Amino acid sequence: MALDIVIFYICAIFAVGGAVMMILQRNPVASVMFMIVSLIAQAVLYVQLSALFVGALLIIVYAGAILVLFLFVIMLLNLRGERFEEERPKLGLTTKYTLAIIFFFEIVIIIKQTVFTGSISQSPVTVASDFGNVKPVAELLFTKYLFPFELTSILLLIAIVGAVLMAKKETNDKGEQI
Amino acid sequence: MIVPIEHYLILSALLFAIGASGVIISRNLIIIFMSIELMLNAANLSIIAFSLMHNLMDGHVLVFIVMTVAAAEAAVGLAIIIMVYRKRDTINADKFNLMKR
Repeated sequence: MALDIVIFYICAIFAVGGAVMMILQRNPVASVMFMIVSLIAQAVLYVQLSALFVGALLIIVYAGAILVLFLFVIMLLNLRGERFEEERPKLGLTTKYTLAIIFFFEIVIIIKQTVFTGSISQSPVTVASDFGNVKPVAELLFTKYLFPFELTSILLLIAIVGAVLMAKKETNDKGEQI
Repeated sequence: MIVPIEHYLILSALLFAIGASGVIISRNLIIIFMSIELMLNAANLSIIAFSLMHNLMDGHVLVFIVMTVAAAEAAVGLAIIIMVYRKRDTINADKFNLMKR
C-alpha cells in the first residue's frame, strides 16, 4: 500500500524535525515540547510496526512521565531566564556539525552494506493478528524473561533511593541544613 | 508491512546522529540529557523494526527494559542536575571543568 509509505514519511519528518528543533532551542521548555512532538511521531511508527503495547508505553512513560519530570526540574530551577554568555568554545560549531554529519553517513554506509536476508520489502511476513498486543508480550515478559523483568524492579528501587539521596538537602552533624 | 526495513534503520540512524550532535553542540545540561533520551529512543526504533522483520516479540521485551532503564536514568540524572545547580548555580556544561584542571 502506498498509504504505509505516506504515513511513514510524515511521521519521519515530524520525528526528525522535532528532534532538530529540540537541540536548537534555547528555551528548555520549548525544547521539551518539541521532544514530545518527536516522541508522538515515533509512537505512530511503533504502531505501524504493529508494536501496539510498546507504542502506548512510549506515550505513557516518556511523554507522560519522563518529560513531565524534565518540566518539573526546569520549573523548579527556574531556568527559563538563564542566558549562556557567548564565549567561543575551543571546538567551533562548524566542526561539531561536520562531525555529526560524518557520523550519520558512517551509519548509513554500514546499513547499506549489510545484506538483510529476511528483508520485509521482498517477502512480507505474515504476522499473527495479536502481534505486539499486551497479552503475548506479557506472556513473554512473565515466562521467558521473568528474571530480567525482576532485575528491572531492583534497578528502579536503586534509582529511587539514589535520586532521593542526591536531591535532598545536605545536613551537617547536628542536623542543620547547610 | 510494506515500508522496507532500511527506511526504518536510516531514520533510526538519523535520530541517533541528531541526539549525538545534541550532546556535542548544546551547552544546556537539560538539553544534553534529553538528547541522550533521544538516542535511546532511536535504538528502540530499530529494535522494533527488527523484531517485526524476524516475526519475534522478544524485541518488544527488550524495548520495555530499555524504557525502564531510561526512566531510572532520567530520575537519577535529574537529581544530579538539581544537586549540581545547587552547588554551582548554573547548568552550563562548559562551566563544569573540575576534571580538566
